[in-house]
Formats: sequence, structure tokens, C-alpha cells
Amino acid sequence: MKTGVLGKVYNDGDVIVRQGEPGDCMYEILEGTVEVLREKNGQEVCLAVLSKGDFFGEMAIFEREVRSATVRAMGEVRAITIDKRTLMRRISEDPSLAFRIVEKMANRIREMDVEIERLKAIF
Amino acid sequence: MSSGFNNIESSDAPPPLSEENASHFKLNENSPIAVIGGGPAGSFFTYFLLKMADMVDLKLHVDIFETRDFDNPGPPGCNMCGGIISETLVQTLATEGVELPPNVVQRGVDSYFLHMDVGSVKIETPLQEMRIAAIYRGGGPKGNTDLEWGSFDGYLLKLARYKGAHLIDDRVVDVSLSNGRPEIKTRGGIVRSYDLLVVAVGVNSPALKLFQDLGLGYKPPGTTKTYICEYYLGHEGVGNNLGSSMHTFLLKIPRLEFAAIVPKGSYATVCMLGYKIDKELVRSFLNDPAVKKNFPLDWDSNKEACQCSPRMNITPAKKPYAERMVFLGDCGVSRLYKDGIGAAYRTAKAAARTALFEGVSAEDFEDHFWPTLKSLKNDNAIGKLIFFVIGQLQKIRLTRRTILRMVSKEQKKEGKKRRMSAVLWDMFTGSAPYKEVFFRTLHPLFLTSFLWSFAVEIWPFKKRTTRQEDV
Repeated sequence: MKTGVLGKVYNDGDVIVRQGEPGDCMYEILEGTVEVLREKNGQEVCLAVLSKGDFFGEMAIFEREVRSATVRAMGEVRAITIDKRTLMRRISEDPSLAFRIVEKMANRIREMDVEIERLKAIF
Repeated sequence: MSSGFNNIESSDAPPPLSEENASHFKLNENSPIAVIGGGPAGSFFTYFLLKMADMVDLKLHVDIFETRDFDNPGPPGCNMCGGIISETLVQTLATEGVELPPNVVQRGVDSYFLHMDVGSVKIETPLQEMRIAAIYRGGGPKGNTDLEWGSFDGYLLKLARYKGAHLIDDRVVDVSLSNGRPEIKTRGGIVRSYDLLVVAVGVNSPALKLFQDLGLGYKPPGTTKTYICEYYLGHEGVGNNLGSSMHTFLLKIPRLEFAAIVPKGSYATVCMLGYKIDKELVRSFLNDPAVKKNFPLDWDSNKEACQCSPRMNITPAKKPYAERMVFLGDCGVSRLYKDGIGAAYRTAKAAARTALFEGVSAEDFEDHFWPTLKSLKNDNAIGKLIFFVIGQLQKIRLTRRTILRMVSKEQKKEGKKRRMSAVLWDMFTGSAPYKEVFFRTLHPLFLTSFLWSFAVEIWPFKKRTTRQEDV
């Protein structure tokens, strides 16, 4: 790993978060691409591909639920962990810190709407 | 000045002030705002103000007055600072979408060493992740010719400019009040009134004198001198001797309160805090065996190196706000001894939120900006108490051995059970509020563990051996 970088490096295929496990942090991708997978009956369905500037794992922070999906590195990935406690304390001091999270979540809902529309047209 | 900065062009001049705005204290479309100082506080303020204004479809005009070119190595581009971005700030900036690029982060730090005369111990984070950034505020130490350096202050200033701020390479020489608005004059002859004046000049700037005779009630913060020196070890030398760890020292050297060595690119940055730091104190520190072992065997501490003795904010400024005026970062309220850049971020963001969503009157700043500063101020009072206690523990060999024992044993335990390690980590890196650190030391398990380690140390039949570091 280069010395002048932050975060942690994950190699191709490394599982960063696993569906069903408890989570107390979220991740911001600093470099590389990850795939978000939903596992059911031993089958994997790719829900999304995320890259630099995207974050994942925030649902477990806000919902107190286990991880809803598995996130796996596609090639070398560098990501930084954001602790639940640090994030919540900072948001309580400065609610505007959550603007970007809300913005990203709104984007995801918009993308999901498009996907639902596409699926409804098929079935 | 030879720089990549652009002088203001006539088309960049702010629009004329409307009479309508003079009667109330809200920022409106094209409101002109001046920021004196393009360091972290000034750039953070500008960046977040313009970002949030964009979200509410408001266009503002921001002029940043800064004469330094932060890309220059040595004193001309340097803001004189130890250059550590705390774990909390790194995470917060990531959440904000502000990524620190690899050429700005001189080294990612994932652990620290605690060095004492009784031994050393390495303290690692449970995640083993680089979440502390060692940076240079300017273009690196004097004489540095490495083109890979990226200035932290320069990077933030660029972010502010990308958001639309105008950089004016001119020195502000006078500030007055004209029709209830701050008016500034520059050495280059610019005379302008603004809806809001943001002062972010640090504590080492002569510009602070401009505000003391304005009758604002502002009084600059109390300061103490620190010592910072950059030793060239080469990239490999830094890696071999310091690794990706910050090295902290609790040594019984008179007048020395705290010292650290931070690895950065090809250099080791030595930071010292204490009472009346002079050459003798610096020599005593550098010649201490616990310090020397972190440098190459043939290293000569007398070799010429880039050094400075900047002042550091240790007590809050009095009334760091007025009608249409606000003081940020070190010239307002900062954190005691640590995380000055984190304090600049928090105060800058609080001021930006207040100015945009509440208003720019003294009352608005008192109601919405001052609480952030007050919380820093109150936390510093607890920090002062903790540093006092650490100072007393530092003086007694038995307690130094107790701390070393406790921390060494803890490294085999899971993260949450490393109580002393977590306390020291947050104290040395500035990652948590002092209040939180203080309450953690009152936890019954912390106290029990400390007393147990103390009892083991004084056990009369215990074989006295000096532990060396774990790694």
C-alpha cells in the first residue's frame, strides 16, 4: 500500500460487509469499484455497482438492523470506515452533515423507481 | 508573488450593495462576503457556505484575501502547524465528500507509539486502518524540491475556488465600518464594503491588530509558543524508523509537556509543547535515549533543518463575532493542544450555517455560532485538567510503569477492552472530545485495571525488568 493514502485496501473478491452480520459502521469508497449483492437461497443477485465517492453500509447505522446485502470488492478497492458513534455524534452537533447522505439516498430511491418501472414493464 | 493564484479581475468584483440589504442582516442574492485568510478556517467556511447556498439556489459572491502561495516550500507557503488531521475529521470530511488526495496526505497513520523512559509500546487501532492523515500545510519544508508534495491549505483553497470563490492576492491593511457594514482596504488599493466579513487569520498574523480598535469587544486568544522542526530522513528512512505510526513521548524533562514525532513523506516532523521552549530544551529532548532510538544511528540532530516556533491558541478569544463580522479558527476558539484543523472545520461550518440560514447580525452569531465555540471552550477546560493529571503521572516513575504495563497488556484484548489505550489514543490524536475521554477514565473497570496494574508494579517480590516495545 502506498504511504500517502488513507483507508484500507481490499483485494479483488474480498467481502467488505456480509449480509446478515451486525454493522456499526459505514464505508466511503476512495478508490475502485464494489458490487452490492443480495443472497437468497444460495443465489446472488447484483443490486448495484458502486465506485469512488459512493458509500455503503449506512442502512445498518440508521436502522439498527443487520447488513441487508453483501458488498464485495471488484478489483483492488480502497475504502474508509466511518464509525457509527462518530457519525451520530457529529450529526447531532451539525445536522447539515447528513445533507450528503440524504442526497445519496434520494439518488438511490430515484434509481430504484426507474428499476421498478422497468421490471413492471417486463412482468 | 510567483504563484498559480490569479489576481482579481474587474469582472470578479462584487455587485454593488443594495440599500435594501443595509436594514436587515440576511444574505441575499449576490451578497458580497469577504474572507480574510485562505487557511483551513477561511477555505472551509467558503466551501461549505457556497455548497449550502447552492443547495438553496442562492448565489453569493465570496472574495478570499490571501497573499501566500501555499505551493511554495518553507516559510513563504507554510502555516506553521504539526500537520495532523484527526481520525474524527478524516471521517467527517469523507462523509462531507471531501477526499484528501494521496499527494496531500504525506503519510496515513494507523497506530502510535507511546515512548517513556521505562519502555515503549505500540498501540494499534482495532480496524488497523489509515484514518489519521499527516499533512503539510504548505509546500513542505524549506529546501524541499519534491514535486509530489501537495499543500493541504492549497488543496482546500482550490476546493473553495472550484465552488466559485474569488481569490484576491492582496494584503488587507485596514478594516473600518461604513454605514453599518465592514469596509476593507488593501495594500493594492482595493476599497470595498461587504455584507459579511469573515476573519480567519490564525494567531500568528499581524492582521489581528486591525480589529482591536474597532470597538467590537473582540480580544484575541491567549497563546503559547510551540516548536516544530522537519528532519530529512529520506522516504525509506522514515518508513524504517517511524513506519506509519505517530510517536508520542511522556518524558520527565523539565518544562516539556508533550512531544511527538510525525512521519511525513521523506521527513520526520518533531512537535514540542512546553513552557519556554528554547534550544536547551530541544537538545535535551532530541538527545533523550527514548527519542534517539527512533532516528537512524548516524542521524545528526544538529544538522540544519526547517524549524519554527509558532504560537498556538490556548485560551478563547473574547467575543469572536459582531454585526456582520465573525472570527474563525485559531483567531477565535480552537481545541486545546490538539486538532486545530478539526476546530477550524467545526467553527467554519457553524459560521457558514449561521450566515446562510439565520443571518449575520451579532445576535444571530451569538445564538447559533457561539454555542459551537462554547462547547469547544468548555471541553478545553476538561482537557486542561486531563493534561494536568497526565503531567503529574508523567513525573512519577511508578505511574509511568503502571501506564506502560496497562497498555502493553491491553494490546492482546479486543478493541473495547483497551481502556487506557483508547484514552491515550484520543488524548494524543485529538480524536474525541476531552469530556468523553475524562468520563472514560472514571469507568469502574478503567480504575480497577489501573489500580491492579499499580499494585502489581509495587509488589515487593516482583522482579524488576524494563519492558521493551512489543514490536
